[in-house]
Amino acid sequence: MKLKLNAEIAKKLLIARWRQTLVAAVGVTFSITMFITLLSFMTGLNDLLDNLILNRTPHINLYNDIRPSQNMPADLSIEFKNYHNFISSVKVKNRDADIYNNNAIIKTLKSDNRIKGIAPKVITQVFFNTGQSVIAGVINGIDVEAEKNLFFFDDYITKGKSIDLKNISNSIILGKGLADKLLANIGDIIYISTTQGETFSLKLVGIFQSGLHDFDKTQSFASLSTVQKILKKPANYITDIQIKLFDVNKAPAMAKEFNKTFETDAEDIQTANAQFETGSFIRTIIAYSVGITLLIVAGFGIYNILNMMIYEKMDSIAILKATGFAGRDVKNIFIMIAVWIGLFGGTLGLIFGFLLSSVIDQIPFNTAALPTIKTFPINYNPYFYIIGSVFSLITTYFAGYFPARKASKIDPVIIIRGK
Amino acid sequence: MTKTILEAQNITKYFHDPVTTKVLNNINFKIDKGEFVSIVGKSGCGKSTLLYILSTMDTDYEGDVIIDKQSMKNKKEKQLASVRNEKIGFVFQFHYLLNEFSVIENVMLPGLKLGKHTREEVESRALQKLKMLEIDKLALKKANKISGGEKQRVAIARALINDPLIIMGDEPTGNLDKKNSSIVFDIFKKLSDEYNQTLLIVTHDQGFAQNTNRTIIMEDGKIINHG
Ligand SMILES: Nc1ncnc2c1ncn2[C@@H]1O[C@H](COP(=O)(O)OP(=O)(O)OP(=O)(O)O)[C@@H](O)[C@H]1O
Ligand SMILES: [Mg+2]
Repeated sequence: MKLKLNAEIAKKLLIARWRQTLVAAVGVTFSITMFITLLSFMTGLNDLLDNLILNRTPHINLYNDIRPSQNMPADLSIEFKNYHNFISSVKVKNRDADIYNNNAIIKTLKSDNRIKGIAPKVITQVFFNTGQSVIAGVINGIDVEAEKNLFFFDDYITKGKSIDLKNISNSIILGKGLADKLLANIGDIIYISTTQGETFSLKLVGIFQSGLHDFDKTQSFASLSTVQKILKKPANYITDIQIKLFDVNKAPAMAKEFNKTFETDAEDIQTANAQFETGSFIRTIIAYSVGITLLIVAGFGIYNILNMMIYEKMDSIAILKATGFAGRDVKNIFIMIAVWIGLFGGTLGLIFGFLLSSVIDQIPFNTAALPTIKTFPINYNPYFYIIGSVFSLITTYFAGYFPARKASKIDPVIIIRGK
Repeated sequence: MTKTILEAQNITKYFHDPVTTKVLNNINFKIDKGEFVSIVGKSGCGKSTLLYILSTMDTDYEGDVIIDKQSMKNKKEKQLASVRNEKIGFVFQFHYLLNEFSVIENVMLPGLKLGKHTREEVESRALQKLKMLEIDKLALKKANKISGGEKQRVAIARALINDPLIIMGDEPTGNLDKKNSSIVFDIFKKLSDEYNQTLLIVTHDQGFAQNTNRTIIMEDGKIINHG
């Protein structure tokens, strides 16, 4: 009843000044529109860039680093056990980079219900021969099916078919940059030599484009068995086991666990791509701070119009107080005006924000680096809309609060004396 | 047996700007139900200041104001507001109507605030007050589209809406021409005679004061004649 009466007075005051209140509301609309659009676009871009790396990075990678033994003979001998031993010029033992006992490891991993899938890999350095010169590169021996399912391998094949790696023996897929350097086309024969000096010829069945130029200049793919054959290794020779989890956040802990139980190196995705997280984080911060700055500016707009309204309505405030309205009622009246402006402007802002992001979503965005992307990326996260409306209400509330408090403290005696 | 409606007890008031001066000096008086009292005195003697204290709007004073047997000292801002709403009707020199509202809505506002009656009841009461003041034809007009004399009559109707114990006026005819002044005076007289309404009116108009039941004369912050 009381609130209804205050609301009625607020409504009348608002309608009487509809032009100014509309301007204030447009300010809120503009800032919320920009807030939504900016966040949707920035996080869309973040997701795109993240996926570029994260989609094809294993959550945990098991491998064997070639490094000196942790336990030196001097440390082990009883005689020097309690001494501090300095050993210089330590050399690495001649040992293969493969994961020892990988069959058993793979079996154990396959029965772990936290794991979505695993893809074994053999990675080796090779030289690509073209005429007189050689180009250093890397061959990844992969399980095509697993790679396709877990790491979206097909998304990056721009020419040819990935399955041909499996169906055609001694075949290879080259990175786009590498293929360009070798002047190679699908069906051509590629000559490679291993670090041991052996030469092989492989048939080119596909071109691969990841979006990372440096990566495409050195990398190539072949089937597991092809690479094992090149290296003259048996079928159980595996250098990397790539693991994809159901919950990526468990990766660091699980990497530690695997490092202990399997006695291999284990790197988790968070450690491998720390710099990536930072980039995303900064872009998000920028989007939020621009949005919030705009909102604060809009808040000042509301603050101004309310101050002006209160200045104009001094007499009305005085008589309301003289006839029995308490300071609190006066405060409520002006806060209501501010919040209505916020609600109206904010709701329009959410709608326009959605429309503007849908428009951006339609703008063609073709780049050689990102073959699967056709338009600008937009992330329609409902969370942004919730944040936007909460922020618009909070800022308009505070923009209204201070003038309203001033109005509630107006002394009617001073006003009435002044006449 | 007469009933005291308003009582001033030892009211003393200082202003501190630019120097501390005593504006009201130990004011004591009573007003009984049905009395039509006027306050007169030279300009600057403290009439308005006294009225603002009696009306509970000014709380910075020594002494006490008793309205309807209740002390106004130590009451909170909100409680004082509801005392004004329920028990006091104001008429100032200026009308203070809200231009955004129609005439009848202006009259209804304090009634709606009181919340004792439904909206329909408040509306019919407002119309009845307007009729009594012979301005019911203006009910639906916007408040800024009527004449000065009419505005002051609307302000009187607004003061009457909650059937207050007392009507206070600070030079209610001060802005009006002779004709409108006498209309307003006749209204007050009629309220006093026919409805036994208690009134306390500050005025400069000698003729106005002479026609009231009792005239309080002030000089330099003191009452020199209780009438
Ligand atoms: N806010 C204030 N600060 C300081 N002095 C004030 C203030 N208001 C009024 N005064 C002084 O208090 C005294 C009484 O003022 P008040 O308005 O009560 O006089 P008044 O009797 O109503 O005069 P008038 O007939 O001209 O309306 C005057 O001398 C005035 O100058
Ligand atoms: Mg005065």
